[in-house]
Amino acid sequence: MTLYQRRRLKNNVVVVFALIATAIGLGGLAVILGTLIYHGAAGLSLEVFTQNTPPPATKGGGLLNAIVGSLFMTVIAVLIGTPVGILAGTFMAEYGRFSKLTHVVRFINDILLSAPSIVVGLFIYDIMVAPMHGFSGISGSVALAVLVIPVVVRTTEDMLALVPKELREAASALGMPLAYVIGKVSYRAARAGIVTGILLAIARISGETAPLLFTAFNNQFFNWNPFSGGMASLPAAIFFFALSPYEEWKALAWTGALIVTLAVLALSITARALASPRKAS
Amino acid sequence: MSMASVHSSTPVPAVSHAAETGALEEKVAVRKLNFFYGSNRALKDISVSLYAKRVTAFIGPSGCGKSTLLRILNRVYDLYPHQRAEGEVLLDGQNILAPGQDLNLLRSRVGMVFQKPTPFPMSIYENIAFGIRLYERLGKAELDSRVEQALRRAALWDEVKDKLAANGLSLSGGQQQRLCIARTVAVKPEVILLDEPCSALDPISTAKIEELIDELKDDYTIAIVTHNMQQAARCSDYTAFMYLGELVEFDTTSKMFTSPAERRTQDYITGRFG
Repeated sequence: MTLYQRRRLKNNVVVVFALIATAIGLGGLAVILGTLIYHGAAGLSLEVFTQNTPPPATKGGGLLNAIVGSLFMTVIAVLIGTPVGILAGTFMAEYGRFSKLTHVVRFINDILLSAPSIVVGLFIYDIMVAPMHGFSGISGSVALAVLVIPVVVRTTEDMLALVPKELREAASALGMPLAYVIGKVSYRAARAGIVTGILLAIARISGETAPLLFTAFNNQFFNWNPFSGGMASLPAAIFFFALSPYEEWKALAWTGALIVTLAVLALSITARALASPRKAS
Repeated sequence: MSMASVHSSTPVPAVSHAAETGALEEKVAVRKLNFFYGSNRALKDISVSLYAKRVTAFIGPSGCGKSTLLRILNRVYDLYPHQRAEGEVLLDGQNILAPGQDLNLLRSRVGMVFQKPTPFPMSIYENIAFGIRLYERLGKAELDSRVEQALRRAALWDEVKDKLAANGLSLSGGQQQRLCIARTVAVKPEVILLDEPCSALDPISTAKIEELIDELKDDYTIAIVTHNMQQAARCSDYTAFMYLGELVEFDTTSKMFTSPAERRTQDYITGRFG
């Protein structure tokens, strides 16, 4: 065998392995989506979105309280986490670009980014749920916000770091104060990336169950008060219904899982579309 | 040493009015300037002058400190830590290196155009209006006319007048660079620094920018860094040759390109090294 033939053979072997690996990954995803649609699609009806979770072993009912709870806690989490994350990322990429503190913050943020979410749940349990003597929607929101912050910090810093230094120099060279340079030039240049980071953070928290079990817990009923009493959420409802012995609840769990998955998928696709190079208008 | 080759390839510019007028106003005076990147000394005892309403070209091989020198004149180097200038740079007699300078005000007086075109990610109109609004409060009509004036100044008006709302990034490289010049001119600086403004442009765009420089010097004091010897010869009144952080020679462009005093200048200009 010549050297060239051996190289070709090696190449072919590696390509085959790469294809197999791709098939495993994609196949897994397809099976998950297929299973969800198979079990969940049948339950999709208007009722799912208009009625609250039913008592055990009853026909009918929906996931309204869980969907609203999830939306509420996600929105509050993003409202708390996004400003903190963007401001911290801005400090790291702009004001503290050459500061030692930035390295420390980045290191700690990376730890937070990969911290198990159940630990975050326990932390919020300790500082909010226990002092407030009970589960609440707001403590669930705060737990999710703690998960949002590191994602947004990371993407904001990365995206601002990608803004060419020439652009900042050019803006400064016009006599623009630093705050303007950041607000009007850096943010604009990095806007798509920062928004993508926020969407990814939302996608990340929409499926989180563990931190909610210790904070918002769950609720069979609609709870309008975010400061007192458990609040239902899709992941928690799925968790409890899927473990239950009742067929009706299991079916609703599948439907809920399908809804969460489709929502996250839609967010991811939006994020991808935003992140792709913008066409010149 | 054939100077003939220089003559044939580079039309020696007319520095007529520059050389003749006796009383030249010194707009920027650099005195015993040293510059450090950390502990690395990039400029060594530079003394040079930029004369009012003249074009001064800085030439020399890569890494000789031309751009570094330019970046001191509006203190844009101040954006980075561990960069330090010593000596004096007098703008109208005021030392801009002295502590307590308002850097934003200084930069509005000393504009800069960079090697890579750097339009801001906003509309063509906003790219220019933005800088003006920083220092002046103008009505809509007045602002419109200032934007138009600046774009005309940069010979870009005819190409963009129908798409002022389009993103600045949608323009071609040459147009982007002229947009950047228009943006710089719009804030009415006194000095304009051009850091290799044509190195990323095609010959036609380059010619347009050179024409522009020629027109701009009626009103502004201009410093240009260039790697292109012909360009220095074509559009400058004075030329400074720098090498390894030192100023080797500074004179009128016609003198520099015909009978430089220094052997190294001649070698560089004739392409013997660099």
